[in-house]
Amino acid sequence: MSKHPEFARLYLDPTACDGHGFCAEVIPDLIGLDEWDFPVFHSGGLMTEIPDHLIKDAKRAIAACPVNALRMEKKS
Amino acid sequence: MTGRTARLLPADETGTRLLDLRRLDAHVRHFGAMPVVEAASDGRPGALVDELHEAGLRGRGGGWFPTARKMHAVVESSAARRALSSGRKPVVIANAMEGEPASSKDVVLLSHSPHLVLDGIQAAARTIGATHAYIAVHRGSPVIGVIDAAIAERGGIDTVPIELITPPARYVASEESALAHWAGDGIATPVYGDRPFQRGMNGRPTLVQNAETLAHIALIARHGGSWFASLGDPAAPGTTLVSVGGAVALPGVIEVATGTSVRAILQRCGGESATVQGFLTGGYGGAWVKAEELIDIPWAPDSVANAGGVIGAGILWALDDQHCGIRELASVSRWMAGESAGQCGPCRFGLPAVADDLALLVTAQADQEMVSELNHRLPLIQGRGGCKHPDGTARFISTGLHAFHEELAHHLHGRCTARTTERALPIPASREIPVRKGGKDFT
Repeated sequence: MSKHPEFARLYLDPTACDGHGFCAEVIPDLIGLDEWDFPVFHSGGLMTEIPDHLIKDAKRAIAACPVNALRMEKKS
Repeated sequence: MTGRTARLLPADETGTRLLDLRRLDAHVRHFGAMPVVEAASDGRPGALVDELHEAGLRGRGGGWFPTARKMHAVVESSAARRALSSGRKPVVIANAMEGEPASSKDVVLLSHSPHLVLDGIQAAARTIGATHAYIAVHRGSPVIGVIDAAIAERGGIDTVPIELITPPARYVASEESALAHWAGDGIATPVYGDRPFQRGMNGRPTLVQNAETLAHIALIARHGGSWFASLGDPAAPGTTLVSVGGAVALPGVIEVATGTSVRAILQRCGGESATVQGFLTGGYGGAWVKAEELIDIPWAPDSVANAGGVIGAGILWALDDQHCGIRELASVSRWMAGESAGQCGPCRFGLPAVADDLALLVTAQADQEMVSELNHRLPLIQGRGGCKHPDGTARFISTGLHAFHEELAHHLHGRCTARTTERALPIPASREIPVRKGGKDFT
């Protein structure tokens, strides 16, 4: 995997998510919370592109999720 | 008059009574013997797939996805996984769950021509190289006995064994990933991630097809793709079953060529029995359209979609002007909230919240601010679930608020113009049925 991937994407598994909400605290530029504290990607849907400068935060968000509902996919 | 379009549901010479073709000899006498269908080999589907492509057959379970493409996808993922030495042979699941309360086409088809569906299962299974096949009807379905008897009567003619499975009678249990989940693990909840054609039952590539689609396959195996495509809308050819309900003189299931106008479909059912204010298309996961905006539309996927509706599994339901549209939205959305598998937050919390909003609207305790809040919530519960249950329910509500906007305005002023407080759409009794085999419940 190259150090500077062409794109990285963040995926949410909604069936795993329990609405702990840590991801939105770690990476508010990509994720907000709905009125029930479940994550909402600002881009909509269940996948969002991660800009290069937020990749580190995205990794922290993935690690912060207690139920492993987030994953990242990179392509060099 | 309807002879040419009576392919799946032929009637007697008076044209009033559907033929009873439950027995194998009667079935063969009417439809002819089923030809031998070429089996898949060398990672390629059997030749029938080319006929299905020429036929332009699209799935009648709601998605109208091209059947030949789905079969190719199953065979390709099976071949790819064999190359990885983790390959498993595909399976076929016939979906006759009839999860939509306003639908009855699966029951009507299976109670008159069960062998047509079973022929189609065999043909599909051989074409994709499946080793096992299942037919799924919900627990307590009236056609369980008919299917059991039909499978028993076929004895040795089937090269792929067909097993009847009976998942719980829950709305989400009929979703295709939930069916594969049930067949493999005995849990009837939708699965997020790989689609069943990639990894379905026990990880095997799984072809899930609606019962009506399989019956069409059985006829295409007999008569060919160009015969099938000689009727109907060019973009979605053939005949299709429509469950017609509500304010019509003779509600029931009819078979029409795709592209038949909604007006002609209603006439086949004896015409409207009252002034119709709107049509529900596609069921409780479908869309409302104002009567005047649908009546002259051809019943085909693209034209109905352009009119703001959705054919889905072939449901056309007329709401008369005696009933309150807002009340219909409230009662159906409450029921749909209860039918959630409860796996995803937007569905588990979002659907009860919008059902609460609608309940306040019915009793005219709502104001414009609450309507704004509802309109804000509806898009937020869409596109965020593991299956389309919340999306379909949100569409049902948002199209209803549009179709019934005049009544909505009355309710905001403390009035309801309906002449009855009864609900019109059928609401099945609350189904507190566990989704797991062995009785472990879920919330």
